[in-house]
Amino acid sequence: MNILVCLKQVPAKDAPLKLAPDAGWIRDDVTYETNEPDAFALEAALRLKEAHGGEVAALTLGPARAAQVLREALAKGADRAIHVEGGEAHRLDAFAAAEAITRAIAGQAFDLILTGLQSDDAGYGQTGVILAELLGAPHATIIMQIEPAGEKKVKVKRELESGNFQFVTMPTPAVLTIQSGINKLRYATLMGIKQAKNKPLATARLDDLGVTPSLNRQQLLGLALPQKSKGTTLLPGSPKEQAATLLRHLRQDAHVL
Amino acid sequence: MNPILVIAERKITAPGKLNPASLEAITAAQALGEKLGAPVVAAVLEAGESGCAAECAARRLERVLVARHPLLGAYSPDVWVQALVQIITPLQPSYVLLPHTYQVRDFAPQLATRMGAGLISDVTGFNFASTPPRFQRPMFQGKFTAEFGFSGEGVPGFCTVQIGAFRGDQAAMGAQPAPIAAVTVTPEPSRLDSGEIFQEAKQAVDLTQAPIIVSVGRGIKEPKNLDLIRELATALGAELAASRPICDAGWLPMDRQIGSSGQTVAPKLYLAVGISGAIQHLVGMKGSRTIVAINKDPEAPIFEVADYGIVGNLFDVVPALIALLKENPA
Ligand SMILES: Cc1cc2nc3c(=O)[nH]c(=O)nc-3n(C[C@H](O)[C@H](O)[C@H](O)COP(=O)(O)OP(=O)(O)OC[C@H]3O[C@@H](n4cnc5c(N)ncnc54)[C@H](O)[C@@H]3O)c2cc1C
Ligand SMILES: Nc1ncnc2c1ncn2[C@@H]1O[C@H](COP(=O)(O)O)[C@@H](O)[C@H]1O
Repeated sequence: MNILVCLKQVPAKDAPLKLAPDAGWIRDDVTYETNEPDAFALEAALRLKEAHGGEVAALTLGPARAAQVLREALAKGADRAIHVEGGEAHRLDAFAAAEAITRAIAGQAFDLILTGLQSDDAGYGQTGVILAELLGAPHATIIMQIEPAGEKKVKVKRELESGNFQFVTMPTPAVLTIQSGINKLRYATLMGIKQAKNKPLATARLDDLGVTPSLNRQQLLGLALPQKSKGTTLLPGSPKEQAATLLRHLRQDAHVL
Repeated sequence: MNPILVIAERKITAPGKLNPASLEAITAAQALGEKLGAPVVAAVLEAGESGCAAECAARRLERVLVARHPLLGAYSPDVWVQALVQIITPLQPSYVLLPHTYQVRDFAPQLATRMGAGLISDVTGFNFASTPPRFQRPMFQGKFTAEFGFSGEGVPGFCTVQIGAFRGDQAAMGAQPAPIAAVTVTPEPSRLDSGEIFQEAKQAVDLTQAPIIVSVGRGIKEPKNLDLIRELATALGAELAASRPICDAGWLPMDRQIGSSGQTVAPKLYLAVGISGAIQHLVGMKGSRTIVAINKDPEAPIFEVADYGIVGNLFDVVPALIALLKENPA
């Protein structure tokens, strides 16, 4: 089974984020990591390859620094990587990003394309599904299990609301968007990190693919800190004072203790 | 102004009932329609009379479109997209609003793309100060609010409406029921073969009945630190719950998970310890009477719903709370 995994580099979970002066994006002097569900998608792809054979290709769309997620993927066991490079990557909406990915993989045949269900930064929750539409492939979202189901078919478990699930079988090639927690992530080994240096990493430039923000179907017009809707009482002081004030409020004002 | 179309969703586990998130989308559409002077139309997909059209029609709508077809019983993205293209194309709506449910997440990006249109997902509000209006949605896991606009011309703007951002019980009722009109759709069968919907395991704990809940998130760092939170829960006479990553990692059982894929609770006291407050967690607990958040990050979105907030290290604050509760039990 040949699998493509789309990995996005996003600001690290606990990176303090500041707005850029034009309020059009964040200041990029933060640490980055692989988008969480994408890491699970890579793990799912590696497990499928180990069980059933084939090849895993990792793809990212982003500036030069995004190559780091590819190096990690190669170190964990991906066979090759594709870097769709462009400084304007973060200005592309989900449609334009899916268009860029589609163009970058034109002519390459995959049985499965895995994406995360949502990116931690933009959070569109759309790129994988749009990719399926552009490729004319069936898709399923929020996937918690994948297994081959005979010739050119795959059976997956979809997560639904409130603890409900559903199995869905579809022909491949197919696009699946992966939910965090589908498996347990592996770490790269020293051996893997060494081997990664010799694995192929292809680069395609957004300009050459003809993808610019002019393809966007939605426009980000500005970012701001959220308005606080509730009057939160912040409790000052040392931890001990905070604890004491909290218990007093809960007993005397909120009457919940 | 061309109409605003709301795509209503039937409950996945009780398909004869409207998913209440559909009413939230109607409330949002009414707000948008009022400002833009556009009528609001709802559409229901069903295999046979489900009663959902009548449920919609009680609201103030110009009309309710019902597409009935044998393939429109159980959801499948291929079929839904084909049917909706056939409904939307002749109607030429200015905007199409859908509730941001799992089902909608599954097909709406495909639908918008096929129609040559854009989809703004997880919309929480509108900014009417500019024309056309701007659509607000969270970015960076709720750390910022973004404003978006559509770039396409001559195609509807698709939006999914965040669960809980608009109140379904505030959808205006009509003076008389809105007319219900049948529309003909002819979808081809799906490429997907979808099985029955099932629950994994019987829930062993019912957190919905707990008066006090102490909920722990990834701020706890390691499973062995959970004992600290257990101790706090015991001191408060509370049930223990968690955010999803804690349950995914197997540190606590799944039936203690709060949020859109776990349980929805509304206790009189909810203490969120080391939880950032992602929307999927908030939808499961924001109805709680009193919410306390303990988090080291003052910008954590959990503080937006908290009544009392402690910005600090949980490993300092929680032991202090336990000590005080031992001196003076709850
Ligand atoms: C379709 C879908 C469904 C989902 N369903 C659910 C669901 O049902 N329930 C759910 O919870 N999530 C759900 N999620 C996941 C959700 O988006 C978040 O990823 C998750 O809630 C984050 O959990 P967390 O707050 O524990 O972790 P994080 O977001 O990593 O937050 C940890 C927090 O701990 C704080 N912290 C760290 N160290 C300390 C310390 N020493 N003292 C104090 N504070 C500290 C940090 O500042 C941070 O705010 C779902 C996501 C998707 C896409
Ligand atoms: N720039 C990108 N590079 C690689 N993959 C991406 C990129 N943007 C989105 N994706 C994939 O699409 C998924 C959904 O992203 P989004 O639609 O932004 O929520 C992510 O989890 C990734 O797998």
